[in-house]
Amino acid sequence: MTTTGGSDESPSVALRTEALEQLLTERGLIDPNVMDAIITRYETSVGPLNGAEVVARAWTDPDYRRRLLADGTAAIKELGFSGPQGEHIVVVENTPTLHNVVVCTLCSCYPWPVLGLPPSWYKDPAYRARVVREPRTVLAEMGLTLDDDVQIVVRDSTSEVRWLVLPERPSGTEHLTEAELVPLITRDAMVGVARVAAP
Amino acid sequence: MDGIADMGGTQGWGRVHPPDREERVFAEDWQRKAFALAILSSRVACGGVNTDAFRHALERLDRAAYLDDGYFGRWLNGGELMLTEHSVLAPGAVEARARNLRGEDVEEPPVPEPDLPRYAPTAEGSLRSVATSPAFGVGERVRARNTSVPGHTRLPRYVRGHSGVVEIIQPAHVLPDTNAHFMGENPQYVYSVRFDSRELWGADAEPFTVTVDMYESYLETTA
Repeated sequence: MTTTGGSDESPSVALRTEALEQLLTERGLIDPNVMDAIITRYETSVGPLNGAEVVARAWTDPDYRRRLLADGTAAIKELGFSGPQGEHIVVVENTPTLHNVVVCTLCSCYPWPVLGLPPSWYKDPAYRARVVREPRTVLAEMGLTLDDDVQIVVRDSTSEVRWLVLPERPSGTEHLTEAELVPLITRDAMVGVARVAAP
Repeated sequence: MDGIADMGGTQGWGRVHPPDREERVFAEDWQRKAFALAILSSRVACGGVNTDAFRHALERLDRAAYLDDGYFGRWLNGGELMLTEHSVLAPGAVEARARNLRGEDVEEPPVPEPDLPRYAPTAEGSLRSVATSPAFGVGERVRARNTSVPGHTRLPRYVRGHSGVVEIIQPAHVLPDTNAHFMGENPQYVYSVRFDSRELWGADAEPFTVTVDMYESYLETTA
């Protein structure tokens, strides 16, 4: 290790992370195993694949779709998904004439149990600030151009309510099974900044 | 408070970033630990889970600590702020250790006597039941109060003083405004209130609506 000796430059955030970890573990204030479990959960087991399974089920099972729109939290739990940032999930449906898009202008609240941790664009100040002021322009910048007759409803997640978008099932997928539909369903479509495309 | 975190409708941020479907959850290695450490630091500093207190720590970071270190850096900085405020860590302890990690020889401040808040959540999470009925009904026209409070609130500036219509009555939740300050849960119904874009941004605004989820005490009748 090089000795820099009293540099004026502040330590990097990576180094400060390591420092905080040391300070807390050496006093027994945090358990490294608990820390690892949190990381593993959000890096490997909880992600948008969960949400895709929910959407694919709703597309193929009309009774499930009804339950999902009536009580999102309970229907999502039927598939085994629950946990922090998902205590009360409301599912809203996108149609050819109505387009929901989700944001958190105050931080980056996001339905973790079904979508995992938010992607960088969702946390970006430009998205947080602008999508409640000029959503049509923002969506177009993100590659989604909506016809003028499509009504836009922005969902600002300012409380502990979490929003999940049920995207439109693309035409030409009628012959696909639930399992075949899952890989088509993107995180972006379940936040409302994209449509699901047919394969 | 009217802090840096309350970004809705503010201008000057430039274009949005197009989504990258292959984006990794943690782009850099340190972000894994920063994420987990922030969650655990918040628990250690509060003596329990208090997401509202953590969000209040984030919104009180200075401009550089909030923006320049990115999302996970912000979380790390928020966790550190909570630990120093409750004297789990001495101010400057993290920086001193980080300097020593890179080979400097810096004296680290002594460990202070922790001063944890008196905090006893009545249940896990933030959902609560209340004995009263909702004060507002679906379809009712309501106005967001035009108030600025010194502490934490989830009432964004861009709707204050504006009128909208209740779309959904959501279950009661712990009130962040008091819970963030360890001053009680005060559970309230939450209302998804739909605002017209022209009410918020003027006659020339793009036509759309936005729903904002508001605790009952944020709202008043328009009559």
